[in-house]
Amino acid sequence: MKEMKITPIRNGTVIDHIEPGMAMKVVRILGIPEPDTHSTISIAMFVRSKKMGEKDLLKIEDRELRQEEVNKISLIAPNATIIIIKDYNVKKKMRVSIPEVVRGIARCSNPNCITNKDEPLETEFKVENGKDIKLRCLYCERYVADIVESIA
Amino acid sequence: MSFKGRHVVSIRDFSRKDIEQILSRANKLLPIAKGEKASDILRNKIMATLFFEPSTRTRLSFESAMLRMGGRTLGFSDPGGTSAKKGETLADTIRMAAAYSDVIVLRHPQEGAAKLASEFSDVPVINAGDGAGQHPTQTLLDLFTIKKEVGKIDGKNIALVGDLKYGRTVHSLAYALSTFKAKLTFVAPPTLQMPEEMVATVKEMGTKPKLVNRIEDVIKTADVIYVTRIQKERFPDPDEYKKVARVYRITPAMLKGAKETMRIMHPLPRVKEISPEVDEMKHAAYFKQAFYGVPTRMALLSAVLGVNS
Repeated sequence: MKEMKITPIRNGTVIDHIEPGMAMKVVRILGIPEPDTHSTISIAMFVRSKKMGEKDLLKIEDRELRQEEVNKISLIAPNATIIIIKDYNVKKKMRVSIPEVVRGIARCSNPNCITNKDEPLETEFKVENGKDIKLRCLYCERYVADIVESIA
Repeated sequence: MSFKGRHVVSIRDFSRKDIEQILSRANKLLPIAKGEKASDILRNKIMATLFFEPSTRTRLSFESAMLRMGGRTLGFSDPGGTSAKKGETLADTIRMAAAYSDVIVLRHPQEGAAKLASEFSDVPVINAGDGAGQHPTQTLLDLFTIKKEVGKIDGKNIALVGDLKYGRTVHSLAYALSTFKAKLTFVAPPTLQMPEEMVATVKEMGTKPKLVNRIEDVIKTADVIYVTRIQKERFPDPDEYKKVARVYRITPAMLKGAKETMRIMHPLPRVKEISPEVDEMKHAAYFKQAFYGVPTRMALLSAVLGVNS
């Protein structure tokens, strides 16, 4: 019998096909759990996957993610599938799409950038989507050395 | 596009048309910059110079520009006695300075400081250099120098020489020259060559830069040789530095075969990159270049303050 590691949810969002090892960062970017909510969040990491070999998986009960929230995770989980569940049925399926500008979620890797000082600002990066995805800081104009690291 | 009220943060905010407008304004202001003609077009205007790190040339040329047009200046040239030392954020210092002046000129050791300042100021902020980041007024005065000394920028052979990896002025300049369709050659030792990203950027703009590592390769064809300082601290091995510094030093002998009209530029301060004997040659344009900072900054100040020249 196939073992069920995570049970189905009644209402909420499933994020599937997250790059293996990235689930905790996705959780952080999405800002969950929100204060004062006690709905179940299930995180599965390094799950065997036919398509990806290994993958991470996230189930968030009682919360439907909006497209712009979904896009925030695109930089570290570009292949993610987002499934909105209502009454145990799939209500909507979405793919992530890469935004032009990301605000507030990444840190500039240039230690001398003003965004790394104690100033009242939100970081802002232009996403350059060529062969590889690159983030260019809109303050110091430098490229982020390691995107995953800058979001960690 | 009108310049009134506009912040000057990065040369990337300027279109070719914007740059041409500033250069033509600078040209008209030349007699005032030289002190041959009096002007008070900026009477009752106050410029705040906030220099969080010293830069004598930049600060003095901004102050000269303001005073030549009848304006007044206030500010500091070293953050020692300011509330920044007490831990005040730059954002708060800027809000305060914006309340006391009509235009802010900011020099700051951190990259991105000018963009931050522009977000907290309701008067125009002019970036006078932020860390190893942007220094747009230097770029504008470099372009003005080329225009005045060589006649035009389009199609000219311009060689950028020295520390192209870390040198802040050369990145902005390479970008701006690409908008003018100049022919670029980057001359540097392999370890200090133009960063790949910058090369890619100018290529996207339609320029096909040549990358070489010997100055001799450009002497005969260049219309402008733009020399920058190679800093000792970039080299882990002092012997390697000495070797490079010797090879990248411009001397009169080296300039044999150069075009009569070729001009040598340098953002200054110069250390050993150009031998003093070159100063007397017709090729030397670097001291004129320093003077051209005044009309260029006059043009910018009067433009962002919305005053007709």
